[in-house]
Amino acid sequence: MTRLARGLLYPLIAALAVLVGPSASAAEIGQIKIAKGEVTIERKGETTPAKVGTRLETADVLRTGADGSIGITMADNSLLSAGPNSILSLDKFDYDPTTNQGKFDARLQKGSLAVISGRMAKQSPDAMTVRTPSAILGVRGTEFAVSVND
Amino acid sequence: MLLPEKDGKDTAVVVKQRDAEATLSGPYAAAKLTTAGPQAYRSSEDEVKVLFGAAMAARPERPTEFTLYFIEGKNELTDESKQIVKDVFAEIAKRPVPDVVVIGHTDAVGTHQVNDPLSKQRAEFIRTGLIESGIAPENIIAFGRGKRELFVLTEDGVAHPRNRRVVIFVR
Repeated sequence: MTRLARGLLYPLIAALAVLVGPSASAAEIGQIKIAKGEVTIERKGETTPAKVGTRLETADVLRTGADGSIGITMADNSLLSAGPNSILSLDKFDYDPTTNQGKFDARLQKGSLAVISGRMAKQSPDAMTVRTPSAILGVRGTEFAVSVND
Repeated sequence: MLLPEKDGKDTAVVVKQRDAEATLSGPYAAAKLTTAGPQAYRSSEDEVKVLFGAAMAARPERPTEFTLYFIEGKNELTDESKQIVKDVFAEIAKRPVPDVVVIGHTDAVGTHQVNDPLSKQRAEFIRTGLIESGIAPENIIAFGRGKRELFVLTEDGVAHPRNRRVVIFVR
């Protein structure tokens, strides 16, 4: 290979490495670690069965059936788990891992949810909120649970 | 409602319902939403089981944390830390769908502009090593926190070997 060709190729390889490197997972905000019974994930209007290992994205909506439950780990180490007959929306998850700053808004439309908050809530109060149809929970870094009755 | 904390630290949740607000703190602090706003009460282990038993049974295992240290001035782990890498792999093997986060840290010498890339580089070095040892690249991410999270609290500008480290979370 000529010196010139090599000179051209290397920046290209570097650029590709960036593309397939960390940025490939930039849209991912968490992962399903536990799924029992009937659980689905709605993304961009399409609903598919939620499986253990599925990567999550902002605006995903997780639903559990009468025998279903789901456990997810978010990028900032928050742990969320929902019991049967639940609808959980991951409305917003902006996380800067270098500063631990960001915003995490989850919404429990119905059902039950247990939460262990993560690195964002630890860094700044008000970084995480959980909404229900009638209330907003501001999280100060804690373990808590919330339920919405029909 | 608040669940008892593993580490017993003081934390809280603020419940807002329209204009009314209740601050929950302490184990089993809870609030019910009523037409008159949030009503605070003290819940119990039994009530938690009834309301949240299924949700809590689906809780993912907590991330396990490991800390690796470098030989001073070198891009090489201490012997002790090399042993810890084995524990990292043992932990990964235990988990059904493991993903790994590698976080680089520096000591308090220098600016963010210097330390942020340095900490990232430290984390990437470990990430590369773990990938070479068999972890799938898509299951491991690396980033740096610079000097923002000192393990040993020092004044700015102070060198400290325990702060030059990489923290690994297996999740």
